[in-house]
Amino acid sequence: MRMIELAALTAPASESVGQALRDVFTAGNTKFFLTGILTTLELSIVVVLISILFGTILAVTRNYEKKIFGKVASVYVEIFRNTPLLLWIVGSVFLIPRNLIGSPMVRGGFGLMLYTSSVISEIVRGGMNSIHNGQFEAARSQGFTFVQTLLYIVLPQTFERIIPSLMSQIVTTIKDTSFLAQVGIAEFFWKARNVMTGMSKNVIITSKHVFVIYIFVALVYFVINFSLSCVVRMMRRRVSVRQ
Amino acid sequence: MKSMSPIAWWRFELLFSDWRLFGKAFLVTLAVSGLSLALALILGMIFGLLSRSKYRVFRIIARVYVELFQNIPLVIIAFFMFNALPYANIMLSTMTIGALGIGLYHGAYISEVVRAGIESIPQGQFEAANSQGFSYFSTMIHIILPQTITIILPPLTNQAVNLIKNTSVLAMISGGDLMYRANSWAASGSSSYAPALIVTGALYFIVCYPLATAARAYEKHIINAGLVTAATEDAIVAVTDSE
Repeated sequence: MRMIELAALTAPASESVGQALRDVFTAGNTKFFLTGILTTLELSIVVVLISILFGTILAVTRNYEKKIFGKVASVYVEIFRNTPLLLWIVGSVFLIPRNLIGSPMVRGGFGLMLYTSSVISEIVRGGMNSIHNGQFEAARSQGFTFVQTLLYIVLPQTFERIIPSLMSQIVTTIKDTSFLAQVGIAEFFWKARNVMTGMSKNVIITSKHVFVIYIFVALVYFVINFSLSCVVRMMRRRVSVRQ
Repeated sequence: MKSMSPIAWWRFELLFSDWRLFGKAFLVTLAVSGLSLALALILGMIFGLLSRSKYRVFRIIARVYVELFQNIPLVIIAFFMFNALPYANIMLSTMTIGALGIGLYHGAYISEVVRAGIESIPQGQFEAANSQGFSYFSTMIHIILPQTITIILPPLTNQAVNLIKNTSVLAMISGGDLMYRANSWAASGSSSYAPALIVTGALYFIVCYPLATAARAYEKHIINAGLVTAATEDAIVAVTDSE
């Protein structure tokens, strides 16, 4: 009896959750995690901003140019909306020539941007279609050019309506960046997995280490995305009250 | 001398000679899609109804489920099951992880669609049914759900499309699905990423595109038939914006 208690006391300290936490959150690892979180956030924001620009161009082309360019935009959106994101990430990373885009992260981000643009294009188009056509005609009859009508009348109202949906796209994109781990891009999840591999050289990995890391990773994504989606819900209520 | 072009014809010939591998992977993707869709629909129905329950505790359970799975990336859920659960002596096959993980993830979105659908039915119908002696249960079965299903069919179909695309997460845990096959076939052989991605992309497309098109046509049909207003339908679709 005594022996067993003694054995429990002298068992490797890594058996306790406290020790697992200390093993996982060393100064080096913590910094590694934080840089990963920053990369994920920066990447998501840049991707969403560029996608808003490209998605808007696609939506405008599709809505107002019924000939060749409009058709091309439609085909683009349909192809990207009906194929997996991972396919475009893998494609961009392996097929874009290295001398064209050197950094794998930019290549991977480019693939994510191409995909996100197709989703955002549909959001923008939905917003534009909800604006009464009479406004467009009125503006044109007042001497506004097509571009002026778009920039001063149609797009401002469109964006006012779709801002909550665009904010939701940031949540989606933050979640989507985790697919980039597949092609070795050092975003948050990739770094978290690397911490695990790195740790296995110094300590015997126990279930506690693994669960600490996964719970931490899930918690980080959850806190960021949940806060954002609460903001989205608040905005949505305000937009619907105004309309 | 073979052409080194990424889309050289010999690369396609190589791919077609391995068509059995891709055929099998396509079946894996279809099987996982079917299983996870069934689970997602069941979970979505259960939690969607719970979120409209008159008991606070059920509403809280439904809320926690939805927020948890909508705000944590699917990639993390899949890797948790693949990497962490074995440490707790829970070994799941990649097929089970696919069905369970993707089912849980999309169940959260479907639950929100079901909830929004029920909420869009005028309150008067609940009261009318109640005054006619219908119990809560039979009100739901005979009056509310039949109408709800009509108006949530388009967003549900869109969820099915997203679910099929998301089965590609299996590629990250060597799940033997289409995306996995494309990636590993190209990586381990002649680096023929272009043909592999074009062919697998086409396979995803021929499954997803008809579904997406049918959803759009049906949505137009129920709006034109006056079964639902465009604004209500938009509001129901908006609850799945972050997917």
